Amino acid sequence: MTSTSLDPTTARFGIGQPVRRVEDRRFVMGRGRYVDDISLRHEAFAAVVRASSANARLQRVEVSAARSAPGVLAVLTGDDVLADGLAGLTAAAMPEDLGAPPGHRTFRPILATGRVRFAGEGIAFVVAETAADAADAAELVEVDYEPLGHVTDPLSAATPGAPQVHEDCPNGNRAWVLAFGDAEATAAAFESAPHVVSLRLENTRLTANPIEPRAALGEFDPARGTFMLYSSTQNPHGVRQQVAGLLKIPETSLRVVGPDVGGGFGMKADSYPEDALVCWASRRVGRPVKWVATRSESLLSDTGGRDQVVDGELALDERGKILAIRAHALHAVGAYIAPAGLVPSIFSSRFLPGAYDISTMHVVTEGMFTNTSPIGPYRGAGRPEAAYVTERLLDEAAQALGLDAVEIRRRNLIRPEDLPYETPTHFSYDSGDFPRVLERCAAEADWEGFPRRRAESEARGLRRGRGVAYYIEQGGVFNDRMELRFDPGGTVTVVAGTFSHGQGHETTYAQLVSEWLGVPFEQIRFVQGDTDMVPFGRGTVAARSSMIGGSALRRAADAVIERARPMAAELLEAAVEDVEFADRQFRVVGTRQGLSMMEVARAFYFPMGITDSFGVGLEGSGTWSTTPPNFPNGCHICEVEVDVGTGDVAVVAYTVVDDVGIVINPLICEGQVHGGLAQGLGQALLEHAAYDRDSGQLSSGTLGDYGMPRSKLMPPLRSLFEEIPCTTNPLGVKGVGEGATIGAPPAVMNAVLDALRPLGVAHLDMPATPDRIWAALAAAATAGAAGVQA
Amino acid sequence: MSVELSTTVNGAPRHEVVEPRLLLVHYLRETLGLTGTHVGCDTSQCGACTVILDGAAVKSCTVLAVQADGHEVTTVEGLAAGEALHPLQEAFSTAHGLQCGYCTPGFLMAAAALLAENPDPSEEEVHRGIEGNLCRCTGYLNIVKAVLAAAATMRHGTASGSDR
Ligand code: FES
Ligand code: FES
Repeated sequence: MTSTSLDPTTARFGIGQPVRRVEDRRFVMGRGRYVDDISLRHEAFAAVVRASSANARLQRVEVSAARSAPGVLAVLTGDDVLADGLAGLTAAAMPEDLGAPPGHRTFRPILATGRVRFAGEGIAFVVAETAADAADAAELVEVDYEPLGHVTDPLSAATPGAPQVHEDCPNGNRAWVLAFGDAEATAAAFESAPHVVSLRLENTRLTANPIEPRAALGEFDPARGTFMLYSSTQNPHGVRQQVAGLLKIPETSLRVVGPDVGGGFGMKADSYPEDALVCWASRRVGRPVKWVATRSESLLSDTGGRDQVVDGELALDERGKILAIRAHALHAVGAYIAPAGLVPSIFSSRFLPGAYDISTMHVVTEGMFTNTSPIGPYRGAGRPEAAYVTERLLDEAAQALGLDAVEIRRRNLIRPEDLPYETPTHFSYDSGDFPRVLERCAAEADWEGFPRRRAESEARGLRRGRGVAYYIEQGGVFNDRMELRFDPGGTVTVVAGTFSHGQGHETTYAQLVSEWLGVPFEQIRFVQGDTDMVPFGRGTVAARSSMIGGSALRRAADAVIERARPMAAELLEAAVEDVEFADRQFRVVGTRQGLSMMEVARAFYFPMGITDSFGVGLEGSGTWSTTPPNFPNGCHICEVEVDVGTGDVAVVAYTVVDDVGIVINPLICEGQVHGGLAQGLGQALLEHAAYDRDSGQLSSGTLGDYGMPRSKLMPPLRSLFEEIPCTTNPLGVKGVGEGATIGAPPAVMNAVLDALRPLGVAHLDMPATPDRIWAALAAAATAGAAGVQA
Repeated sequence: MSVELSTTVNGAPRHEVVEPRLLLVHYLRETLGLTGTHVGCDTSQCGACTVILDGAAVKSCTVLAVQADGHEVTTVEGLAAGEALHPLQEAFSTAHGLQCGYCTPGFLMAAAALLAENPDPSEEEVHRGIEGNLCRCTGYLNIVKAVLAAAATMRHGTASGSDR
């Protein structure tokens, strides 16, 4: 027996170390394997014919020319879908499933049957020898539409007499109405409040735009009657469930593999019609079928994010203490309710009070059908909408009361001594120190030194503004499962129910396992995303993996230790109760003689002898649930310079202090902040998935029309962490994936308005593009001149 | 109609018969099986397909394969010396300049072309060198850091560290 001293790699690769990612090598060498990089023998290629009308009856879908075009193997339409009896894509949860008044459930056919409800909806699926043949033949499909009028934004959809997206919806275009809080108490608080401020705010429709477009490759195996699907997804098991439902087959007949996935941001959390189409088409043509979205198709057919108009009000006392908050939101749902379509409406309602001590509130959210691609979760999913309302209202209140923007937040944040704190929306905030995070951010950003910098910018002819925002969110949803499997050589495989698609789980989980079990970092293998290899999982969304995956992994490690302990005792010739697992080895209590986990693991694979008593194989699994969840929170402060001549905004300084609990890998956590910030800045300054009201067509249909953040947009950034451990999971971690996307839009918009208020601009909606700023300045100048004349 | 095409890709001569409408990116990915070069858009805006053609960075989705006839192409697969990473590849990993990895080959090739032309770029020049490339994951800051670090390594001829 060897005496194992503390593995030196543990210190380098353990919890809290900025470990360089294991994943990187294959990606920087061009050896990633994304769906489009996978080729199956005799594969055919598919193209989708998409609706050019926003809301119409399909009078005629003529496919004969396409069917006889060169290389074409099949042209499938909604009639074929009906003939084969395939099901429609529907919501995973509706309000009634959560005890709220029922909404209007929809079933989206995988190819339109008789009716289209958004420009871009799939009408026919053309399968051909090559991708070029399929694209060429798709052009030959002729469709006659009988237009029914359309609504592409939630306000128009709510107008009485508006064209209806679903004729059978009893409530106009209302998919659901959700309410939280106490309407009467809130009304009373508003009536007696000394100060009330109100705003109508638009939370712009966005699109996730991962650089890898959606893709799917399906293969039917006639010998076994089963399907294989490669999909660019965040949630392979979820796709298996949904696609099996669409094809009406048992889940045992479908294997789903998520290979390397080039970003998702929530948009790839659910399955799409094309996932089922490639499988179904493969059965029909007898060959594997591949479909890869063009970027234009992605923009047309991916789920959108945000898309909300909200009237928000804040009631305050003389000192700026919030007495109540009230909001009425119209949240777009799109043409059909996406599987996770309810999520943004729920979180945008429940996070309205933010990290502030607000016990009186009332929020109503109406989910509105619109003739657009469905709305789904997009990084933050409802939390950015909530924070935007509260944080913009707070700045408005600070103005009205003549208070500093940091001061008004200081007066309202929940104090650490009041934790755990129950919000009126039924969250219980367990940990954190919101005032400390605010003060640290203000100090690091030199909030007090702003006037000097403003004067300095003004000397250069630029208007400078500063903005602050505080966010809080829920990290993690649902439960999950993790497994550790040792092999005869003593090395170990992490079998993950979560699904990394850029987050670096292969590295993070290995850090945890090497710290806990002492297995060298380099000898930890990682498996995810294959429904045949991973018994079950729910993928990666909503910043869930560190907490749920990490905690489930802790439980799996504990299970391994418990299973291995009797074997270790036998090997150490000691009684089981005298053997402990400490400092990453099994030891007889009080001695230094020890055995590593790897040594014990090897014994589990002896071909005879000891294994007769202890069984063959060492593995363990663990589960963890999101109840209770964790609450990442943090403060954003930024400064902008506005060129009033051009309307250009430059973000010139940015400080973020996040409390994400214990940081497992600072490199990866900071990376999440950087990326989230780029998306938040994008929303504030550039991005808008816009539909033309008159035609119902997507006007941001290419990357040239949709304002994607490029490197020049990024400010000098300080990303700092206050590690206040979460008390509700064994790792003390809180999610890190979404915070920056939540905090940035209000921080930036508050800063832009701070710069422009002296010029008479009182309100701006996102994105604060140069033309919008210019128009606002021109309007303010006109109004100012009129005021002077009057 | 098909045409003959002779190129040098990552140092190896290639002779193929291709359709005249074949794009360089599809030639690389489908004909040669070099799938490290990615496609992220259909309007020449994302840069995921960036490769080096006779020393200059080009978007291979915007170049016909036949335009590479008689020319030299370098893709991400040709960046490392065997299994030894190029300083840019090292630096992208060390600085955490990649997350999902999909945009990464394009950034590496754009940066390689930039550093070949300008071995000591300013931060501003790095921004300009990668302005044709989109990344949705990283927020760019670590990419810029990586390019500057690789430039320093390449100028001083020191390795930027062992593999992981
Ligand atoms: S694929 Fe987007 S620029 Fe070439
Ligand atoms: S790392 Fe994912 S797009 Fe750049």
